[in-house]
Amino acid sequence: MDFKSGQELLTICTQHNLPISEVMYTRELTCGSLTAEQVGQKLNEILSIMRNAVNEPLTAPKRSIGGLIGGEAKRVADFGKTDKSICGSLMSMAISYSMAVLEVNASMGLIVAAPTAGSSGVLPGVLLALQDSRHLTDEALHAGLLNASAIGYLLMRNSSVSGAEAGCQAEVGAASAMAASAVVELMGGTPAMCLQAAVIAISNLLGMVCDPIAGLVESPCQSRNSVGAANAVTCAELALAGVTHPVPFDEMAEAMLRVGRSIPFELRETAMGGCAGTPTGCALGCSICK
Amino acid sequence: MNFLSIFDVIGPNMIGPSSSHTAGAVSMALLARKMLPEPIKKVVFTLYGSFAKTYHGHGTDRALLGGILGFSTDDPRIRDAFSLAEEFGVEYEYVIDEKTVTDHPNTADIAMTGIHGYELTVRGESIGGGKIKIVRIGNIDVEFTGEYSTLIVRQIDIPGIVAHISQCLSNHNVNIAFMRLFREDKGATAYMVVESDERIPETILSEIKSNPHVRELMLVQI
Repeated sequence: MDFKSGQELLTICTQHNLPISEVMYTRELTCGSLTAEQVGQKLNEILSIMRNAVNEPLTAPKRSIGGLIGGEAKRVADFGKTDKSICGSLMSMAISYSMAVLEVNASMGLIVAAPTAGSSGVLPGVLLALQDSRHLTDEALHAGLLNASAIGYLLMRNSSVSGAEAGCQAEVGAASAMAASAVVELMGGTPAMCLQAAVIAISNLLGMVCDPIAGLVESPCQSRNSVGAANAVTCAELALAGVTHPVPFDEMAEAMLRVGRSIPFELRETAMGGCAGTPTGCALGCSICK
Repeated sequence: MNFLSIFDVIGPNMIGPSSSHTAGAVSMALLARKMLPEPIKKVVFTLYGSFAKTYHGHGTDRALLGGILGFSTDDPRIRDAFSLAEEFGVEYEYVIDEKTVTDHPNTADIAMTGIHGYELTVRGESIGGGKIKIVRIGNIDVEFTGEYSTLIVRQIDIPGIVAHISQCLSNHNVNIAFMRLFREDKGATAYMVVESDERIPETILSEIKSNPHVRELMLVQI
């Protein structure tokens, strides 16, 4: 049971009356080399690493190696618990959790690339926030991870998830599409609605450049992960409400790759343009990398 | 196209911050370490390109050293590689070369000396997403990834050697995935790189070595 496009995935889901997560799971067991037990074990390990990476910075924040970030996740999480917060509990958790993972990543802690290290906060941020606010089981989160990996796989195969190749839209954009689709399935949406959420998520972030200050996965990567998480929650809400995007998933994936290829070299992970290219960004780059 | 697994998308589990500058650096050093036939006493890393420019903030220095100490990409000990190297009795040094232009921006040379004086220098490239390849051994350009069991044969480039090695592989029923020959000049030193999906039996080594033109063998198992 393999699929090479969003359209093929939807056809299989419809034919067999299965959610995306089940199709991805069956694909892994039939086409891959892992047993059901190994897949379950790996998913548990991923969840446990993700959970640690979300929790650590909220209790004991560390400074990043480059020194540009550290402590922001806790600040946002603490603020989210006050009556001054404007986000609401789920959104506040999703953005602070996603920022936390980037702090762990930037201080040489253990994370799961999802699909990359630079975008590793979005998926755990959104899934674990949903678990906390909706009291989901770990089994439900396994389904979320499987669903997200189907979207990520299609983007890796038919588009790009590399900032150096296609900008931040391909990293945080892809992560956001993965998370949006996963949330829709966990909240009872159909496979078609999952792909709709992913399409809207990608189209919202289309063109986002990769311009890390000093070339480090710190700033603006951390706050971009919070935007990826917020975008995922928003797009899942839109899709669950029945909002659709006129462009189908496969065309949007291709559009993302084409936009990525037309992003100039300076804005694809080279730390030469955008935030990194500002006078302040350059000065920080010089002082950190001296 | 290779099969993309769930865990190629959500994965690898890795010590941050960068799959190319951290996880890739660990993997290339770990592979280099496996090529040295004796425990490492001393290592000198030369960092080029983007590695030279951003190694500190990406922890590339600690990642390379961690790989040399035998840590995998998800081992939290990578962060403490400097102090652990001292504990393990491994001397280390970094040369930052921002001038030399290499084929790939994320490149490092790893010059290792073993406890009995064996010396080996390899060049690794981190090609994205944590994937790496070894592109040079000594002065000779090669190419392999360590994703397969790999047999590396240093030999004199004369007729019949390739046939001898394939015969030995066939005798031991080794299914070859890839087999490539890299050489300096005609008649000079050459490297044969054989990659296989399964483990290559170690008993094969003495048989290959029986040919007088085979100088050295390295076996890296998956």
